[in-house]
Amino acid sequence: MRELLYRHALCEALDEELARDENVVIMGEEVAQYNGAYKVTEGLWDKWGNKRVVDTPISEAGFIGMGVGASMLGIRPVMELMFWSFHSVAFDQLVNNAGCIRYMAGGLINVPIVVRGPANGGTSVGATHSHCPEGLFAAFPGLKVCAPATPADAKGLMKAAIRDNDPVFVMENTKLYGTRGPVPDPAEGEHLVPLGRADIKREGSDITLIAHGRSVLHALEAAGTLASDHSISAEVVDLRSIRPLDQEAIINSVIKTSRAVLVDESKPFNGVSSQIAALIQEHAFDHLDAPVKRVCSIDAPSIYSPHIEDEQLPNARRVVEQVLTIA
Amino acid sequence: MATHIEMPKLSDTMTEGTVVRWLKNLGDEVEIGDEIAEIETDKATMAMEAFDEGTLSEILIEEGGKAAVGATLAILRDEGEADAAPEEEPSTEAPVPEMASDPPAHLEPVALEAKGPELAPEPTVEPATEPATEPPSSPVARPTTSRRIKASPLARKMAQTNGVDLAGLTGSGPGGRIVRKDVVAAMGKADTIESTTESGRVAVSTPVATPEPALSLEAGDQRIELSSLRRITAERLLASKTTIPHFYLHTEADAAPLMEIRRQVNLQAEASHGNKYTVNDLILKAVIGALQAVPSVNATFQGDHILQFGEIGVAVAVAVEDGLVTPVVRNATTKSLLQISREVKDFAARAREGRLLPNEFDGGTITVSNLGAYGVEAFDAIINPPQAAIISVGSIVEKPVVAGGEIVPGLRLDLGLSCDHRVVDGAVGAEFLAQVRKLIEKPALMLV
Repeated sequence: MRELLYRHALCEALDEELARDENVVIMGEEVAQYNGAYKVTEGLWDKWGNKRVVDTPISEAGFIGMGVGASMLGIRPVMELMFWSFHSVAFDQLVNNAGCIRYMAGGLINVPIVVRGPANGGTSVGATHSHCPEGLFAAFPGLKVCAPATPADAKGLMKAAIRDNDPVFVMENTKLYGTRGPVPDPAEGEHLVPLGRADIKREGSDITLIAHGRSVLHALEAAGTLASDHSISAEVVDLRSIRPLDQEAIINSVIKTSRAVLVDESKPFNGVSSQIAALIQEHAFDHLDAPVKRVCSIDAPSIYSPHIEDEQLPNARRVVEQVLTIA
Repeated sequence: MATHIEMPKLSDTMTEGTVVRWLKNLGDEVEIGDEIAEIETDKATMAMEAFDEGTLSEILIEEGGKAAVGATLAILRDEGEADAAPEEEPSTEAPVPEMASDPPAHLEPVALEAKGPELAPEPTVEPATEPATEPPSSPVARPTTSRRIKASPLARKMAQTNGVDLAGLTGSGPGGRIVRKDVVAAMGKADTIESTTESGRVAVSTPVATPEPALSLEAGDQRIELSSLRRITAERLLASKTTIPHFYLHTEADAAPLMEIRRQVNLQAEASHGNKYTVNDLILKAVIGALQAVPSVNATFQGDHILQFGEIGVAVAVAVEDGLVTPVVRNATTKSLLQISREVKDFAARAREGRLLPNEFDGGTITVSNLGAYGVEAFDAIINPPQAAIISVGSIVEKPVVAGGEIVPGLRLDLGLSCDHRVVDGAVGAEFLAQVRKLIEKPALMLV
């Protein structure tokens, strides 16, 4: 299969959806003439022009509010947050408006927006640019959240997100934009990854590693080390969607292996992994042969110093260490 | 005034239930609408809701205990009279059957929310062994008494199921925790385990008429505990095969017209919102039509009379991981082919996830079992009581047939019918089967 960069897979998804549906519009800061701060929208303005790819002022509250309003009238805006860390200045639009209107309107008004951008640490850009808010937004009924780990999932989830009639927040990752991986050729048909379906990225029998986003890569690396150095067969469950959450895939894998380590770049307090741990004890208690362990970002604002930040975030070594405490 | 909380009848085949868990403790105030206990039936685990208020003053059936439908599980008293002597001796016997057939008025089954398939049948199969076989001081039975033993939930459950005493084990897990492999090791060397669990099983109603002598286990043999589903299946099919005088008919139908109509319909799948019809959907439709033509098959034997049903409910046999379930397409005469097709697809999907609701098994008046997908050409099925007939559908096979003195290729389908001779005589069964065959061979008749 052909290989694409993660950012090019996203761009291909946007391009295909722009072509498929004339109501799809890209909006955001520097997404048009500058081709996007991280070059995800490269070439789209040249190809589709001012009406379909729109540069906005530096006002997240303003342009996301505009997109929410436009979506109520049938437009399907895909809005880039240069960093998901900037969500907080548009919080009312994202949560109170996008997330609640369909419910408040008794189902008469849909908000089919996509908000996308990187949501990760690890690039030494400091605490205000390194938030992982996927668990935060997943806590609001009415919002959907996904976090693709691979180029193929990035493309498939982005297309599914654009076609979804509810607000979908796609959490990308600046550390993944330059990673390469197989992506099905459009000539072989539409590549869609449904929201709410996890993916077993590696089969195993002794322990389940549950992760999303870039943490999946750490989990896979750790699974390799566990197999080669410790004869432990780890299964890696990539959640892909945080909400809707594939509860069945999680529980089935834990029932199979009896042990789980959750790998999550969120902070440990009320992070995505907190929810997964609660689910596991609620639905698979009698199948657990060890306590559920977590590898999260260390609970402090993101650290500037590159070496210390590397250690603050989950990494394969920390995953292996946690596995060995219970295996 | 004391209110007796009785074992509700939560499914049409339920004769007894297990109290999985009390959600209220002795002395707790119970409000109307409170969930007071989880009850495991042969089909699912359900929460039992209170329709009376009071103080939970007595629990007569402990967690893990079984009780017949209608038996008293616990007693509610009004505030202030909790210490009063019982006004009457609570009965743990089931009342007379006609009372048992209706759930007590103050109880209503409520499906447990967020209950995954992994939870439903398995965890509560063994509790009946617990109170009978464990000495009171055993930490397995009473983990909160004496010293706390450090064991994983999985190890605890395995120990309980297999009658292993955790107190005698040394944990190999972190901090000395007893984990699965420690219990497995203990099971491997203890010959006493078998006898312990065998004696414990006496409390469980055994599906076989006479208990089989225990076999000695050879290396590689595996003891598989009965799930609720497996036990009820064993009980009901044994009862069916030993109490219903079965006879069997077969006929071979020309399946070519049916396959052709299916091909035509599925070419138009867009028109039916993308639904793809299966061969079985069309066979179900033919069975419904044939039952309307020969309604005496749509009946049940009731001891001193035969009850002929007014409605047709087609139970569809669905294989699931641990056995077989038969959800029912009810009021089938009123349903279009599309409705039937979608309903069966939905049943099959949810059956595999263990998410069918108990009332979805109610109301069956005939069953259709189809093993065609497995390449089985013909078979005889066991009647699903209290019904009077079951249809066994084989695979559609390309074979030579003689037509007008010539041997030509044909598409053939074997249809079997197992009948309860108390209700259906040979000629009636044959007439019914001929009707099914006619509708399959001339599917246009299903339109009129």
